[in-house]
Amino acid sequence: MNMMSEAAVEKALDQKMNDVSYKMVGKDVSVYYGEKRALFDVNLNVRENTVTALIGPSGCGKSTFLRCLNRMNDTIESCRVTGRITLDADDIYDPSIDVVELRARVGMVFQKPNPFPKSIYENIAYGPRIHGLARNKADMDQIVEASLQRAGLWNEAKDRLQESGTGLSGGQQQRLCIARAIAVSPEVILMDEPCSALDPIATAKVEELIHELRSNYTIVIVTHSMQQAARVSQRTAMFHLGQLVEENDTDKMFTNPDDQRTQDYIMGRFG
Amino acid sequence: MPSHILSAYDEDLKYLNRRISEMGGLAEQMCGDAVRALVNSDGALAQKVISDDVILDHAEREIQEKAIITIAKRQPMAADLREIIGTLRIAADLERVGDLGKNTAKRVIAVQGTGVPRKLARGLEHLSELALVQLKEVLDVFSSRSVQKAEAIRQRDEEIDAMYTSLFRELLTYMMEDPRNITSCTHLLFCAKNIERIGDHATNIAETIYYIATGAQPEGERPKDDTSNTLGAVAE
Repeated sequence: MNMMSEAAVEKALDQKMNDVSYKMVGKDVSVYYGEKRALFDVNLNVRENTVTALIGPSGCGKSTFLRCLNRMNDTIESCRVTGRITLDADDIYDPSIDVVELRARVGMVFQKPNPFPKSIYENIAYGPRIHGLARNKADMDQIVEASLQRAGLWNEAKDRLQESGTGLSGGQQQRLCIARAIAVSPEVILMDEPCSALDPIATAKVEELIHELRSNYTIVIVTHSMQQAARVSQRTAMFHLGQLVEENDTDKMFTNPDDQRTQDYIMGRFG
Repeated sequence: MPSHILSAYDEDLKYLNRRISEMGGLAEQMCGDAVRALVNSDGALAQKVISDDVILDHAEREIQEKAIITIAKRQPMAADLREIIGTLRIAADLERVGDLGKNTAKRVIAVQGTGVPRKLARGLEHLSELALVQLKEVLDVFSSRSVQKAEAIRQRDEEIDAMYTSLFRELLTYMMEDPRNITSCTHLLFCAKNIERIGDHATNIAETIYYIATGAQPEGERPKDDTSNTLGAVAE
């Protein structure tokens, strides 16, 4: 008697779909390196509190797109970006935007762990200090501890905070870099193949960390490992030759993708 | 579909496919032989069916091991993953088909003394022909991967169910006519049920092939015309 009519079900589903909130929206994003065009009108939205994986063969534009999200491409002389990218509805390429502040909101972790040649403590404290996030030493100590805790490095590092960050193992260094990114309370964390230089155990720890960070941050990760993308992400976007081929739920993407190119790529077949 | 960059991966998948086809061929032959042994009271043939089942069981285990190693080694995705999981399911179905053939063969000895009435024998033969055609066609579809044909096979299980129900009725009638028929008729009833189950396994396989090819489960309930579960009321 009390069953919903088909139309009502449709409506409820629609509403549910509309509930998805996008942290970042990319519209017709194209990137040129000098004369060479690297990205072709990419339309890709990044959902809030979701891990989005970008996959695709080398040179497909996935890292280029990732770097557009916090204007990392600005550092390359010949690079030109067109289209529109917004963070919470703010156009991040608007002249009024302070790039340093943008990069505090959209943090980044790179392929190779790149701690500053300073103490573990200083590695974390640097960002909060230049952004004026700590009023005194106690505040800063608190930020350093919380960041290391979140990055799952506290227990390993708490007794050696004054030792050099470069003295840590590769996996620990990468978690230090993640702690450093978290220290300035970003909203989005971009990761460019964060585990490709790590052994399986260190990789598992970073993946576990990504899983935990998801509830507080929006994460976009570029990875060459299909299994990693399948494990850590909820949404997956596949790039090929500078174009976005398909964006879908990760579960669907790795069991039954819509596009033949995705299918061939993830199955390791000649495309 | 393009081949894998790793050719050994293609070999792994081909091996699984080939073993399934072999299992299918053997299962089909066993079931045909079992019914023939039953109708002709051929004890030697029945014995052969029983010993063939060992080969079939062994083949299923080998397929399982190969599939597990392939999953561990290659981390298959999408269509490859569905293919390997599908292979595991189909191997299990075929192994069950073999068991049903063997069970039928075992009953040959029990009904040997009494003989099978001509009319019932024809009915059983006809039922098994239907089931074996289903099995044979589904194995062909496994090679061709035709989604339409897989759907068609699924729809046809109804015929077998209807045939089984009418045989069930007939056997009841025989038992009521003369209680001395009860032993052999009960055995024949199990045989008929075995054959009907083979049709169900063929339908399972058709559904698995549909899944391998499309990544979706076939829609709707499978058609059923087995009403023997309500026949008790009629017989009273």
